[in-house]
Amino acid sequence: MTKEELKSTLTTLFPEATFEENAFVNLNISSEQILKVCTELKENPMFDFDSLVCLSCVDWKTHFNIVYLLRSRSFKHELVVKAKIDSHENAEIETVRNLWMTAHWHEREAYDFFGVKFLHHPDLRRLFNPDDWDGFPLRKDYMDEVNIVEL
Amino acid sequence: MIDVLETKDTGEFVINVGPQHPSTHGVLHLIITLDGETIKDVDPQLGYIHRSIEKMSEKLSYRQFIYVTSRMDYLSSHINNQACSLAVEQGLGVELPPRAKVIRIMMAELTRLASHCLWYGSTGLDLGAVTPFFFGFRERDEILDIFEDTCGARLTMNYIVPGGVMYDLHPDFQKKVKQFIINFKKNFREYNDLLSGNIIFQNRTKGVGYISPKDVIALGCTGPVARGSGVSCDIRKWYPYEGYENLQFDEILETEGDCFARYMVRLREMEQSIHILEQLVDVIPEGEFQAKTKNVIKLPKGEYYQKVETARGELGVYLISDGTQYPYRVKYRSPNFSNLFAMKTMAVGQKIGDLVSVMAMLDLVIPDIDR
Repeated sequence: MTKEELKSTLTTLFPEATFEENAFVNLNISSEQILKVCTELKENPMFDFDSLVCLSCVDWKTHFNIVYLLRSRSFKHELVVKAKIDSHENAEIETVRNLWMTAHWHEREAYDFFGVKFLHHPDLRRLFNPDDWDGFPLRKDYMDEVNIVEL
Repeated sequence: MIDVLETKDTGEFVINVGPQHPSTHGVLHLIITLDGETIKDVDPQLGYIHRSIEKMSEKLSYRQFIYVTSRMDYLSSHINNQACSLAVEQGLGVELPPRAKVIRIMMAELTRLASHCLWYGSTGLDLGAVTPFFFGFRERDEILDIFEDTCGARLTMNYIVPGGVMYDLHPDFQKKVKQFIINFKKNFREYNDLLSGNIIFQNRTKGVGYISPKDVIALGCTGPVARGSGVSCDIRKWYPYEGYENLQFDEILETEGDCFARYMVRLREMEQSIHILEQLVDVIPEGEFQAKTKNVIKLPKGEYYQKVETARGELGVYLISDGTQYPYRVKYRSPNFSNLFAMKTMAVGQKIGDLVSVMAMLDLVIPDIDR
């Protein structure tokens, strides 16, 4: 599907979502909808997003965005889904590892660095930092006088 | 170092491999559950060489953060630099001079060759043959000499910058590359004679570490690991960048999905890289090697994503700009990260001795996983 087709089909399916346009079509949704939207995107043969290329988290100081880059191998189209988590302190979102297994480690990484809890993730431990590490390093308000040297 | 951690009531026992085991090629720590000699579970422990490159990049300017990426996948440093430069150029909207594009492709392909040569050598070592190491390093050194002439470094190149490349090519570059192509073609036959046809090597890799195409897609493997299972994923073909669309080369696919298939993919990829170099070495355009860019780069507010094919698979650079001279957030989608995740699928059910084959054919570079 081309970008325009993708956008118009998605608008009819998810009327509450908003769009941004850059190199990709960006689908903005709230964190509660993530499982519904992702299941549809994966299972619907019209989209067939069978691979999750990248999962990342962005700290916007007041809220988090979890950014999913999806790719369909059969149609060669790509889509960015951005799930907005409103809470900064108790950030929670449903896991998508049951749809794309590769999300297993990506979600652990996001938990390690941002403290976002992925609900129903079976093994949500820190991935890189030691288990007793204090705080979540990639958050914008993270302070560490010992290990981070300000230039 | 392998030592027994605990013994369970079921007769299974848990051992540690690494973090200082020679076949992990770096500081990777695996906790393995064994039943006799059969692997029941593999749990990689990451982070021994984690430097938080993503956090560091937020404090560095758009020119500086590229240098850090040479330390990620240090065997593909040109390609890492290229990926970041392309992402920054997307934001700048600059058009590269044709000479810069050709130089970049040639450097990327030479890097791929050098990386595969090192992999060939270390694979031999891992599986008990010392000679391939000397063969691989003979070719790799020749490539590193070519790099050293032009950019002064042999490992962390920092040669590709936003807008083009840092310096012009060394006057001997063409001559040396041509000589290298001749030498490589002559020597490449020995690669096959030494390992590919070796019955001991085949027994240790054929049918070992199988992964199905379905699993490859689900687990997000890319690069030779995915192509060894017949899953097409070469970014140079799928989403061409820098003019790969004008070049003649094949995407190598093997369908067996075992260690030997992944081995063959890499060997045959080396031939394709040589083929690309042959097409370019005589037609390097004259002219500028760098487009004009400002000293202080400020990207317009927005998000930029660039994917490239490194020697190990798909590297993605996700860059968020808030309009200042520092990136707001940088995320690297590193190929090894997802490839290592697939190790459990490959290794469970195999013998402990086969774990080394599986690891060798994943071609892991640990700093790329830990970042």
